Amino acid sequence: MNRTSAPVGAPAAGAWEGLVTTALLGTDRRSTPGAGPGPEAPVALLDAAAVETVRRRAGLRPARAAERPRPAPEDPRPPLPPAAARRLAMLLADRPGVSGGGRRGAAPDLMELLPQWLAAANARGFAPPPQVLPALLDAARGRTDLRPPVLEFAGPRALWLARLNPDWRFALRSAPGGGAALPHLEDDDTVRRLWQEGLFAERVALLSALRSRQPSAARDLLATTWATERAEDRLMFLDSLRSGLGPEDEAFLEQALADRSRNVRATAAELLSALPGSALAGRMAVRAEACVAVDRTQSTPAIAVEAPHECDPGMERDGVVAKAPAGRGERSWWFGQLVEAAPLATWSRRLGGRTPREIVARPVADGWQGELHAAWCRAAVRQQDAEWSRALLGEPSAPEAGGPGAVSLAERAKLLGTLHADERAEWVAGFIATHGLSEAFQLLGVCAVPWAAPLGRAVVDALNIARDAGSYPWSFSGVMGLAERCLDPSEAGRLDALLAVPDEPESASPGAGGYWAESFQRLATTLRLRAAMAEELGAP
Amino acid sequence: MTQQGVRWTTDQVLALAPDAASRKAGSKLGTAGPWTEAGSSDEGTVWGLCKGSGSKPYQTVVDIADASGPAYKCSCPSRKFPCKHALGLLLLWAGGGGAVPEGKAPEWAAQWTAGRRERAGVKRAGGSPGSPSGSADPEAARRRAERRAERVTAGAVELEQRLADLVRGGLATAEQSGYGLWEETAARMVDAQAQGLAGRVRELGVIPSTGPGWPVRLLEECALLHLLGQGWLRRERLPAGLAATVRSRIGLPASADGPPVRDRWLVLAQYDTADARLTTRRIWLYGAGTRRTVLLLSYGVAGRAPEPALPVGLTLEAEVCSYPGAGQPRVALGERFAPPAPARIRPQGVTTSRAAARYGDALRDDPWLESVPVTLDRVIPTPDRDSWQLADADEDAALPLTPAARSRPGLWRLVALSGGAPVRVFGECGHQGFSPLTAWPDGPGEAVALC
Repeated sequence: MNRTSAPVGAPAAGAWEGLVTTALLGTDRRSTPGAGPGPEAPVALLDAAAVETVRRRAGLRPARAAERPRPAPEDPRPPLPPAAARRLAMLLADRPGVSGGGRRGAAPDLMELLPQWLAAANARGFAPPPQVLPALLDAARGRTDLRPPVLEFAGPRALWLARLNPDWRFALRSAPGGGAALPHLEDDDTVRRLWQEGLFAERVALLSALRSRQPSAARDLLATTWATERAEDRLMFLDSLRSGLGPEDEAFLEQALADRSRNVRATAAELLSALPGSALAGRMAVRAEACVAVDRTQSTPAIAVEAPHECDPGMERDGVVAKAPAGRGERSWWFGQLVEAAPLATWSRRLGGRTPREIVARPVADGWQGELHAAWCRAAVRQQDAEWSRALLGEPSAPEAGGPGAVSLAERAKLLGTLHADERAEWVAGFIATHGLSEAFQLLGVCAVPWAAPLGRAVVDALNIARDAGSYPWSFSGVMGLAERCLDPSEAGRLDALLAVPDEPESASPGAGGYWAESFQRLATTLRLRAAMAEELGAP
Repeated sequence: MTQQGVRWTTDQVLALAPDAASRKAGSKLGTAGPWTEAGSSDEGTVWGLCKGSGSKPYQTVVDIADASGPAYKCSCPSRKFPCKHALGLLLLWAGGGGAVPEGKAPEWAAQWTAGRRERAGVKRAGGSPGSPSGSADPEAARRRAERRAERVTAGAVELEQRLADLVRGGLATAEQSGYGLWEETAARMVDAQAQGLAGRVRELGVIPSTGPGWPVRLLEECALLHLLGQGWLRRERLPAGLAATVRSRIGLPASADGPPVRDRWLVLAQYDTADARLTTRRIWLYGAGTRRTVLLLSYGVAGRAPEPALPVGLTLEAEVCSYPGAGQPRVALGERFAPPAPARIRPQGVTTSRAAARYGDALRDDPWLESVPVTLDRVIPTPDRDSWQLADADEDAALPLTPAARSRPGLWRLVALSGGAPVRVFGECGHQGFSPLTAWPDGPGEAVALC
């Protein structure tokens, strides 16, 4: 309280100061104000100090008010339903590390459900109760992946709050100007001024916002200052053209092929090759076709490959990197880049009007199959070609854990990304049914949440088989964790039979049955919790 | 009385937890997964089997019918009370959703409940066990009290001597002599059965290490201790109310013998402070009719939650009895007439100037008072250099927050709730500043606990 405003009519603060000084030095050295020295001096001092203490306390008054903070902006969104607000408080109370790690037991991992909860709440457009903002910001502070959904949900008051607490400064960085600084995109003058005078982050935000609504306007805006941008900035801006890429971007990208920066050239070439109708794609098709032919001298016609002998300046201009990485032959390196950048439609024409599936099934002479198929995979991903992806993935139940073309799990995951969600789920379900779960983690990661019914069933069945095989559940903790977050809550009923502790076969690891039951209990509990969460938020 | 049909709120259940770890563990068990054969009966019994780490599930029963608070029984080995299983079961029950259906209690649950109620009935019939003096020989009790008073007097005289020695030699020496000197003095006060003096002496030992300005604080506390000792030595000459205050400040036992006051009591705040041996729980209540703010104090040994647990924002229809002493807010909870229920009552608020004046007035009855309970109306949490204050929205006046309140997470909940707009805040207002405990938004909205 305000110590400086002394009580009315006090015999001045001096009296108290005198008492403190005497007490500090001792009554043997300094006499008590208003009392003589002697054996009674300490008691006299304490008496006087007691009176002064109570007097000082009783006379306290409020201080002057400091400058009050500016009010937080209004949040127009409707408030959370009460049940959802309670759930949120419970999710936020479950901080990792509080319980000291270790085995997870049968209880759900609440913090892992927070991203889903936030996505649902954001989809419904609810505003948080203001008093949970500190806990939300603390959660986002510890986990960068949570920041975008948390900041969207937390709304304008969170930014207001973050200005008052240095712990939450990240919120101001993550949202330049709080997202509110972006002008109306129809207002050409303001857009132009922000583009010319804004900070780098603001300009990137402006460009991507504009690109998502009017792709050509964004490209034209970029063209106005292109020549004067720094190389790193050119690269970032060029990359933002990736979304909404279309044939009308070709002219701009074609001139970027002559850029001073090699990285900018490479990116421009990559974008152009994703446009099958572009001139660059045509040039690459001609080059690639020259390397591939059908060899009819064999009993079954095979594909023959003759890799390029040199990397000419034209190729380099079109984005082919001349220097091969260590350990790779330069001819196969160049060849891979040509095939990757050539439109896939080239091959049906070149190889006799066949379907991708037939082409992929063809043998390839002289051990070129790996190189050729890998390049087709990259092309299918780049050109988002579902038919070629399907052909390269092959049948999910094919032996040796792979189709005819697919090389690695990572590549397969990317190819799956070009397929429709249902088809993707079905393919992964088939893969798991044949090959089990040990390699499925990466593939499951590209499947849409919640998992489609056949996929969910395949995962549960495979977990059941893994349990019967007698291993410990933590070999599958990754898939288990995914299942907790991604399995459709309506599947919870299918787990009922798995919740009990099974009889232990002799071959099983000791105690595994109990741990499995615990894992399945956690899975079932988590699914019920997710169903409750969705219901509380009024999700359809 | 029974509470059939009245399901508790989740907050109400969580407030029963003895500590944060139990609250968290209980929350995790508050889902259907680990539970089987759970149910609840009309008579106010909730039961269930909880899957634990062993092969046999734990049997958990809670009897919620008793108005004096729930009773628990669980076959788990935990020494927490209530254990996480009891908390989880109550959460599951409170959450609704059909996981704890109505039904008839199984044999094992019914048996325990029946036995417990029988015992409780016998106890009630046998008179209140809380007043041992009623049955003992009054003459013997008087002699015991006299002997104790003599020991306290001896302790007070000794303490006065030590304080005089300290002031004679100078407080500056206290900084060098350190904590040991005070520990020894405190132990002497414990021997003298003057717990109140012992506690104050222990706090004196800490002051020299609290940073700049410690001589002022040390002199204040020494002077107040001297005042208390003198008050005890001359208690016969004090007015009755002040003498009672001195007795309770010294640490002599007292019983809540004031007349029972029935009201609808709003739970303003509940918070626990703990040291190595003891958890102290403070619950502030506000009477809707009497407009009095009273304090329930309860204690629990480490690991056990003090009883009762009353969630902020609920109202209970009950009688309370005051403890003796002028201006003392402490009461004991008497009969409860209905289980706690949500209510829209808010305490009336005052300005910061009124709040400061109220503290000053209260010192007349109890000069050792650290703070008084106050509700501030229309204040704005305002940053003030590296600290915070609660500034009146309509006047140029503000109360600074206490140093402890500045570092509590509740501060940020308060700031977030306000968003720069006026809020109503209940808290403790004293010479160190204001310690906010509960807040309400200016418009409609529930109470937000800050502690």
